Amino acid sequence: MTEKTAATPAGSAGTDNAIHTRALAYRWPGMDTAMVFPDIQLARGEHLFLHGPSGTGKSTLLGLLSGLLVPERGTVQLLGETVSDWPNGARDRFRADHLGIIFQQFNLVPYLTASGNAELPCRLSSSRHKRAGPGVSTVARSLLAQLGLDDDTAHRKVTGLSIGQQQRVAAARALIGAPEIILADEPTSALDTDNRDRFLELLLTMAAEQGTSVVFVSHDQALARHFHDHIALEGRS
Amino acid sequence: MNALRLALSLTAASLWHRRRVLALVCLTLTLSVTLLLGIQYLRTEVRQSFNNTITGTDLIVGARSGQLNLLLYTVFHLGDATNNIRWSTYQKLRTDERIDWVIPLSLGDSYRGHRVIGTNTQFFERFGYGDEQSLALASGDWFSDLFDVVLGANVARQMTHRVGDRITLSHGGGSTSFSRHDDLPFRVSGVLEATGTPVDQAVFIGLDAMEAIHVGWESGVAIPGRTLSGDEARERSYQPDSITAALLGLKRPILTFQVQRELNQYTGEPLSAILPGVALSRLWQVMGQFEKALLAIGGFVVVTSLVGLVSVLLTLQAQRRREMAILRATGASPALIASLYSLESLGLALLSCLLAVVLGALGITALSPWLLEHYGLQLGLRALNTDEWAVLGSVPLAALLVSLAPAISSWLTSRRQGFGGFE
Repeated sequence: MTEKTAATPAGSAGTDNAIHTRALAYRWPGMDTAMVFPDIQLARGEHLFLHGPSGTGKSTLLGLLSGLLVPERGTVQLLGETVSDWPNGARDRFRADHLGIIFQQFNLVPYLTASGNAELPCRLSSSRHKRAGPGVSTVARSLLAQLGLDDDTAHRKVTGLSIGQQQRVAAARALIGAPEIILADEPTSALDTDNRDRFLELLLTMAAEQGTSVVFVSHDQALARHFHDHIALEGRS
Repeated sequence: MNALRLALSLTAASLWHRRRVLALVCLTLTLSVTLLLGIQYLRTEVRQSFNNTITGTDLIVGARSGQLNLLLYTVFHLGDATNNIRWSTYQKLRTDERIDWVIPLSLGDSYRGHRVIGTNTQFFERFGYGDEQSLALASGDWFSDLFDVVLGANVARQMTHRVGDRITLSHGGGSTSFSRHDDLPFRVSGVLEATGTPVDQAVFIGLDAMEAIHVGWESGVAIPGRTLSGDEARERSYQPDSITAALLGLKRPILTFQVQRELNQYTGEPLSAILPGVALSRLWQVMGQFEKALLAIGGFVVVTSLVGLVSVLLTLQAQRRREMAILRATGASPALIASLYSLESLGLALLSCLLAVVLGALGITALSPWLLEHYGLQLGLRALNTDEWAVLGSVPLAALLVSLAPAISSWLTSRRQGFGGFE
């Protein structure tokens, strides 16, 4: 963790940003040219809509932001820390402590209950556990309840839930323990329009309540109206 | 610590979730561990019981032959004597000052497939087996009348004979002998306690009774008019010409080799004197190869089922990519992901070992009466010895070792993993 202090920029402006990327480029094995990404600067508590048709490297960008991938060039700063310079283990810990993740679908560990899935980040990170409070399962159940899943559903195996319900469990998992950032990769693409809007409203409202920034990736321009900040990804260059 | 607890609880939940698939793997592993453990357990027990077939006897003396042959026909009642030893030699042994006691053995007849052993009360008093145990009667008495017979425990049980029953012996060995001593029936005077040795399969009569039933049989078959009736027989006194073999107990065991050498060089007739302990371990060496082969087969069966376990884990790995991607994205390290595979494998192996011990204990409890009845093997439950613990302990270790295959491969995959899986 010594690198962490060393990598912190001297300026104070960085700490107000949830995300700040500079000149990011990434090349998958077998690719001739690297994908380059526009710079992102997102203040804490703000929500960002990242629009791009498929093939524009949305998932790659999310991989870089989450610290699962290391950029070929450029830096990723999260909460003022230049996470992209850190070793693997430290990035994993940072992700556990400060990031919530929602995938497109198949978001859940199949052998855990809905509340077991929602509690998962608190079991991987003690700081999320602390922030969630002493009764983690109570917190998980109340989050699930706020998202419209009753107690009975919370104790069911997730394999029996509908896709809409599964995505709401994933949202609860991303929100629990109030992480500073949530990365959502087309979480609504498998939902119908009604469900999609309700899901997005709920996610953004609950994230705003706990001061969490949301980066929302979608190819669906219709969702852009829920966001102040927009960034469009274009084809690779 | 937290990570370990999480890994353990995820492992438990995952094993339970996949219980239908894994139950079969677990069953295979359980059965193979039961087999291996059972072989190891039986091996110890059989060797123990085998080495304790005869104790307290310092020398076995018979006509000149190999030591295994002599051991087989005197102690295990298998095969036939090459020759007899003279009565005069027997008398010499009895009067030798260094020799404490002599048990004469006269073989040749049978009772429904069980060897008839002509001997005297010395056998009952001096014969030792197991941990220096001596024979005991379950019911009745050692023979007092000329035509009394004492039965080994298994003979009595198989034939459902009790004290007072009358039985007819057959001439020669085999269960379907045509010449029978039916004019001179015997009365069962006693039944021995089970010993777990060949004694249980034998029928004991006095040396003089052995002579009496063979009066008139000098040519090999009964010659009418020359055989005796029961009352005639009791009035006569008998001096056998020969006996088959003798068991010796020395006053000072240190003289064993000296006496053995003298007997082997005896000029009166060709004799062999053997040390039962040495002969038993020679015999065990012959059978020990078989036992080691069995153990090796058991080991291979366990290895086979472990390979089966890994192949199932590897198959499941493909299905579990999504789950691992979720855990990774939530902040789990590649090491945690890899440990899930090792822990599942270890968990299954431990469960299998536990089940194998329970299954083995139940099996021994259920089979021991049958084994005693059919094989004269006394098998009881006892605490596992270090060898068996080693066998049992090697299974989870091996499982851990083979689990490295899926663990390492998932560790590598999850290090390369991008957001939401594998682009």
